[in-house]
Amino acid sequence: MAVKTLIEAIRDAMDEEMERDPSVFVIGEDVGVRGGVFLATDGLANKYGEDRVIDSPLAESSIVGVAIGAAANGMRPIAEIQFADFIGPAYNQIVQEAARFCYRSAGDFCLPMVIRAPWGGGVHGAIYHSQSIEATFGHVPGLKVVVPGTPADAKGLLKAAIRDPDPVLFLEHKRTYRLIRGEVPDGDHLVAIGTAEVRREGKDLSLIAYGLMLHYCLEAAEKLAGEGVSVEVLDLRSIKPMDDAAILKTTRKTGKVLIVHEDNQFGGIAGEVMAIIMESAFDALDAPVMRLCGPDVPAMPYNHVLEAAFMPSVDRIAEKARELAAY
Amino acid sequence: MATKTQELTQKGGQHRHRALGLSDEAALRIYEVMRLARAIDERMWLINRQGRAPFVISCQGQEAAQVGSAAALEPKKDWVVPYYRDAGVALWFGMTARDEMLQFLARKEDPNSAGRQMPRHYGSRERHILTTGSPVGAQLLHAAGIALASKMRGEDAVTATYFGEGSSSQGDAHEAMNFAAIHKLAVLFICENNGYAISVPQNHQMAIKDLADRAAGYGFPGVVVDGNDVLAVYEAAHEAVKRARRGEGPTLIEAKTYRITAHSSDDDDKRYRQAEEVALWREKEPIPRFAQYLRQARVLSEELDREISDRVNREVDDATDYAESAPDPSPDDLLKHVYAQESR
Repeated sequence: MAVKTLIEAIRDAMDEEMERDPSVFVIGEDVGVRGGVFLATDGLANKYGEDRVIDSPLAESSIVGVAIGAAANGMRPIAEIQFADFIGPAYNQIVQEAARFCYRSAGDFCLPMVIRAPWGGGVHGAIYHSQSIEATFGHVPGLKVVVPGTPADAKGLLKAAIRDPDPVLFLEHKRTYRLIRGEVPDGDHLVAIGTAEVRREGKDLSLIAYGLMLHYCLEAAEKLAGEGVSVEVLDLRSIKPMDDAAILKTTRKTGKVLIVHEDNQFGGIAGEVMAIIMESAFDALDAPVMRLCGPDVPAMPYNHVLEAAFMPSVDRIAEKARELAAY
Repeated sequence: MATKTQELTQKGGQHRHRALGLSDEAALRIYEVMRLARAIDERMWLINRQGRAPFVISCQGQEAAQVGSAAALEPKKDWVVPYYRDAGVALWFGMTARDEMLQFLARKEDPNSAGRQMPRHYGSRERHILTTGSPVGAQLLHAAGIALASKMRGEDAVTATYFGEGSSSQGDAHEAMNFAAIHKLAVLFICENNGYAISVPQNHQMAIKDLADRAAGYGFPGVVVDGNDVLAVYEAAHEAVKRARRGEGPTLIEAKTYRITAHSSDDDDKRYRQAEEVALWREKEPIPRFAQYLRQARVLSEELDREISDRVNREVDDATDYAESAPDPSPDDLLKHVYAQESR
């Protein structure tokens, strides 16, 4: 067991899978000698050569479209979109092509490919380097969407995504890259896609989150513990497929649920989690299900006051949790 | 500027096909597949007009561009990434008349999509035909990806992708040619320039006369070929395949041809083009033209032509009967194959 940052865990996962399987390769902007703008692929070009760590032209549709063709012809590409905010030009390739290949060919052309994308705010990234895209792509059948929050999960889920027979959108919260350190099991560590994980046991209310917000929720839970409120924290870590059973289990346990995400509220993941609870655990509720989300403005502004006003914070989560606890 | 090959291949005179390395049998096979593609297409329109099928998208007029280029490839070794008119390509790569009718009538047994897609959205791993969608242009990047995989494994397989001149306006077309050029990928970009993108004529699609001129901007050869001359198309494709197998990279082939039918069974082409124009092109149709050549070359006798007609008609009849009595998918099939794992 070694302590790693989240980005080190991601790099290790790619390194180990490239070592293990010659069909795995990386393609993206600046992933070669530069090692990626966040250094996620640092050293890989040196180790595996430019033929397996391909600096793509500055064209996201190419990155995904080429990865699709390669995956259809026996390879396992890891396509890197430099920032989730830049995924737009590849939307058609991801949604109309990658996500539909298996279905439209009745299982003949399923695509083992990963699209990695740094997402999320709190890094002074402004409107185009802070966005959340999990609801947009979580809506699309045929895709899997994964959002690890810890180094162990980042490694285990990425290795699982690379071995998965379907396209996986792998979202890495960029603020957690170096902020979050944690123990990563040695050896061939895999985490099953589609499973949530309870990060803190509690009995009075449940916080459900993922990515950076998971860590803010854990801090808020600690605060509330000092005030005598016992908070359970569930890390969704997989948006699609979603672990309904884990959501219902914590709901039945505490009877009070607050969902937290940075993504815009309208049509967001919180709404889907609420619907799952309302359909199957309405009888277990002691309070309305609540959500704390990014506001419905186009994206996170650059100015620090506006950025802070956008992001759910530990204090705001704690405040909302107190409101729920008191209900 | 692009190479023009219209007149280039007159060598060989009455035996051009032999000069190109095609045996009489091979030339006749090309002819028969063109005939079969046309006969299936005509049957589809009949069935559609009788109200027994909702939609036709046609290959008529483009058979030479399709079969002539596919014939330069090696089925099962090479890959094709077609678009929704490419009946000739699909037949050359192993689809049968029955497969055509099964997909046309969206039966469960349709090898392309088990009845999920509109007609002529081909795809079959076994036959090395990549699955194709309706948003045009995206497939060019897939061809680059397939070729990248071949290159990474050290294989000399070639990937041919097909598109219309309308699709060439899509950003993905540019991106794919650029990417394939950078990595010297074994890709044939085959544009079936049929003059119209539904109703929009070429001069509203681009300001240049020859789309193949664009290849120069990417750093690989562009070739303009008479798309209604099947041997000219074969020659251009054959050269491009040899180049690609040598590791010298992609070629853009612009096969100038004409869409004889409306865009689809839901289109009314009288709204945007003159009947006289269509009539003019009907005289230049690729199948009668190749038949005439084959007769002059004494490869095709009247008797043999009748045999071929009979065989093609029987195949189309059989395929129609077979597909019409084949079962639809069941409602349970709706939820299958969203993800891998479930077997077919």
